[in-house]
Amino acid sequence: MSRRVDLLIVGAGPAGLAAAITARACGLDVVVVDEQAGPGGQIWRDIEQVGATPRARLLGQAYGEGRGVVRAFRESGAEFLPETRMWNVDEDLRAYLAHRGRAWSIEAGALLLATGAQERPVPFPGSTLPGVMTVGAGQILLKSSGQVPADPAWIAGTGPLALLYAIQLLAAGGRIAGFLDTRPTGQTLAAGRHAARALLTGPRDIAKGAAWMAQLRRRVPVFGHAHGIVAEGGHTLERIRFRDKRGAEVTRAAKVLLVHEGVIPALHATQALGCRHEWDAAQQCFRPVLDDWGTTSVAGVHVAGDGAGIAGARAAGLRGELAALGVAMRLGRIGAEAAEQRAAPVRAALRRAIGVRPFLDALYPPRVEISDPPDAAIVCRCEEVRAGRVRALAAGGLTDPNQVKTATRAGMGPCHGRQCSAPIAGILARMGGSEVRDIAPGRVRPPIRPLTLAELASLDATEAPR
Amino acid sequence: MPVTHLNMTQIERDEAGESPLFRLVESPENSVTIRVDGVPVLAQPGETVAAVLLRLSPAWSRRTHGSGERRAPYCMMGVCFDCLVSIDGTGSTRSCLARVCDGMQVERQDISQGLRT
Amino acid sequence: MTAIVRDAVVIGGGLHGLSAALFLARAGQRVTVVERAYLGRHASGANAAGVRTLNRAIEELPLAFEAMEMWRDMNAHVGDDCGFHACGQVRVAESVDEVASLEARQAQSRAAGFTHEEIIDAAELRRLVPAIAPHCVAALVTRDDGAADPHRTIDAYRRSILAAGVALHEGAGVTKVVRQGQDWAVHCDAGTFVAPCVVNAAGAWAGQVAAMVGCHIPISCRASMMMVTERVPPLLEPVVGLVGRPLSFKQTDKGTLIIGGGQQGRADIETGRSIVDFAGLAKTARTVTELFAATAGVGITRCWTGIEAQTKDRLPVIGTSPDAPGMIHLFGFSGHGFQLVPVTGAIVADLAIRGTTQRNIAAFAPQRLQGEAIEACPQDGLRHAIKE
Repeated sequence: MSRRVDLLIVGAGPAGLAAAITARACGLDVVVVDEQAGPGGQIWRDIEQVGATPRARLLGQAYGEGRGVVRAFRESGAEFLPETRMWNVDEDLRAYLAHRGRAWSIEAGALLLATGAQERPVPFPGSTLPGVMTVGAGQILLKSSGQVPADPAWIAGTGPLALLYAIQLLAAGGRIAGFLDTRPTGQTLAAGRHAARALLTGPRDIAKGAAWMAQLRRRVPVFGHAHGIVAEGGHTLERIRFRDKRGAEVTRAAKVLLVHEGVIPALHATQALGCRHEWDAAQQCFRPVLDDWGTTSVAGVHVAGDGAGIAGARAAGLRGELAALGVAMRLGRIGAEAAEQRAAPVRAALRRAIGVRPFLDALYPPRVEISDPPDAAIVCRCEEVRAGRVRALAAGGLTDPNQVKTATRAGMGPCHGRQCSAPIAGILARMGGSEVRDIAPGRVRPPIRPLTLAELASLDATEAPR
Repeated sequence: MPVTHLNMTQIERDEAGESPLFRLVESPENSVTIRVDGVPVLAQPGETVAAVLLRLSPAWSRRTHGSGERRAPYCMMGVCFDCLVSIDGTGSTRSCLARVCDGMQVERQDISQGLRT
Repeated sequence: MTAIVRDAVVIGGGLHGLSAALFLARAGQRVTVVERAYLGRHASGANAAGVRTLNRAIEELPLAFEAMEMWRDMNAHVGDDCGFHACGQVRVAESVDEVASLEARQAQSRAAGFTHEEIIDAAELRRLVPAIAPHCVAALVTRDDGAADPHRTIDAYRRSILAAGVALHEGAGVTKVVRQGQDWAVHCDAGTFVAPCVVNAAGAWAGQVAAMVGCHIPISCRASMMMVTERVPPLLEPVVGLVGRPLSFKQTDKGTLIIGGGQQGRADIETGRSIVDFAGLAKTARTVTELFAATAGVGITRCWTGIEAQTKDRLPVIGTSPDAPGMIHLFGFSGHGFQLVPVTGAIVADLAIRGTTQRNIAAFAPQRLQGEAIEACPQDGLRHAIKE
């Protein structure tokens, strides 16, 4: 027989860890799974190994804050299953897990998806060349391996992470060849109307961002409103081409180009479960419809962290606490009144933590090119499907991502459309004269994480590993 | 067979005159040895396989099925599946989530190679 | 809204409905296809695309051989070969006992005059399928059988019907079908279409469509589960099935492995949702890895189910409605209709235009099922957990 737990948490980042600690304090039996070898998620990646080293100081205070949270999690009594994938979940909350060649299922009283975010896919011509990576990838390499681009790197994009990484990279002794700020002109003005609230709730964040940009401008060439970016090379990146704010074409030698256009919620699990989603116009992405406790439209399934809508690590932890309180209340471990009482200060802190968001969203919108990439751009990295192919199908009358998938195999590769679904929706919308919000996302088929035939064959064949 | 030293802050050029994409900021105190396509390579304990691949020259992890182009680790967080390699005989493993351990056998993924039996 | 007058309306944009539309249009009829979702949404897009005469019901074999001739020349028929390869199909015996069942089957089809099935020994099996496990002792083989690509087939039919002048309405679910003089009026989200002939090719929902015109044909449904793997190097040529365990196993020309063969998911006919039952698929995975050891480390890319009609005797329903003149039924293929697609349209065109066909379809008459009890659909355990 398979095991039963009160709460299964998927993802050991800020939201999952905070939820586990809170749920344990409410007396719940908690299991936390994560694909990584240790807790921390992407923001606090490898914190248990790196937290006490000089590298942690380089990565800044936000990274260091993870040490205490991870320690509290380890002491909470929650069971942690590292390197474990949740590859399917049934509507009756039976979750299917796999670890190193074995698969088993576990019944959960409640499921908390704290699977975080992914970087917004950034397809452009040449974006699959070795040497082209995401800024997030660059930062993870700095965190977990202490490594930097060997030659001066180009950074192209928008958003706080691109700036933060640039500063961290310089501090670590790395070099930057140039920073391509891809924001359209006028964006600072557009963000202005959100500035007052942002200044009230997150003055530190705003000051920090401005200081980073100023520091960057002193030390590296910054190209404003860079667009039309193309990466070129034989079997690895050799040069980049782009247009500057005057529209003049610029060509530069390049070995590493790191791109970033913000982050979007990771929705595979909620989509596979059939949870309802809504369009977030400010962040230009879908997000699950949630109540005040992070409950989705599917009973017993909660979401916390950036998977609920991008709000950053601080908000993620607070949402994790709220979700755990909601689960404890639903399972009858705490009364509704006690839950509300404990939630009140958390909700207040959450309001402060997300106060700066509308400003950031307006200041750093993704550039239009990536949702409507040029024909030569590969949108499906797995099956090598170019934007032009999708555009031709759309011109021929196809309107549904599922039809594009069957016609091109885009989304049928191992990443399950995590890279191509957004740009394909963008192209279909543009060609069909509709909005991305009107393009129903393609169906998500299980397994939602990698699974081998041998692992499936082992499903519940023996006792679940403890 | 000579161990590919990643001593590691230095940039070594390969026969084709190419240098790796990434370097370490400082030399690590300890190291383990893994094999990449049979060649011994030094790595830091606990780091990811993908990080090591990015310090090799040329840096790549898999070839695509269609065009046969090389791909290298791209997102480092398990989303893009471009870093797929075979690790100790298990194919299509995301090298950005797999931590190195001493003696690990890593094969870069190429569909033209046969299925392991 | 004024009704649009047509010669025939096809309800259901699965492959059989498209085949019917194609033959009707090419015979000069004005045809409209109405499809609730989009072409090939259910069983037509979620099947193993086996092109098989091997072990097929004797009653279906004459049609299957006619279809097979068409599969060999699909390019001439629909402008694409639909990915068809005559890679052969083998039905493998894993024990001596199972060989007896192969022999019995072969004797049965020979007695009916069909000589397409051949029994091969272990050595020949090994030559045909080198990667197969050594415990397999013999097999029944049809070397001319094969498999196609379901999505290419759907695309080819889509292009062909449009080229033949068929009006296609996707996202157009039928709400009612009512008598209007000598004609039928088909009401759907795309408008009202009036025609003397209505083809009921609504798959798992064909029973509901039949009931709209007062024709009661009890059918059940099935939700066959499929798995597809990542691309792997060449592993096997023919489509492999087993005598003793449910399995259909093949490799596509893309290199992916397609694994199905009978394990059933859970279907909800009302919502059109079907759900993969992993306990069942785990059995299939055990079968595959035992039969082909090399597949153990191969990654599964997707698992899915498609809802399809199933009849009590597992034979399709093809014929004019006994209760509603002008309605032609074409459904109930019970998990093995893909191979018959090219020929079923020809039958429908015969029935619609000439009122009769020279092909023997007596075994598929709707009347045979009327008055039978309905089997349960495999929807036990499907929980409606979704809050609206």
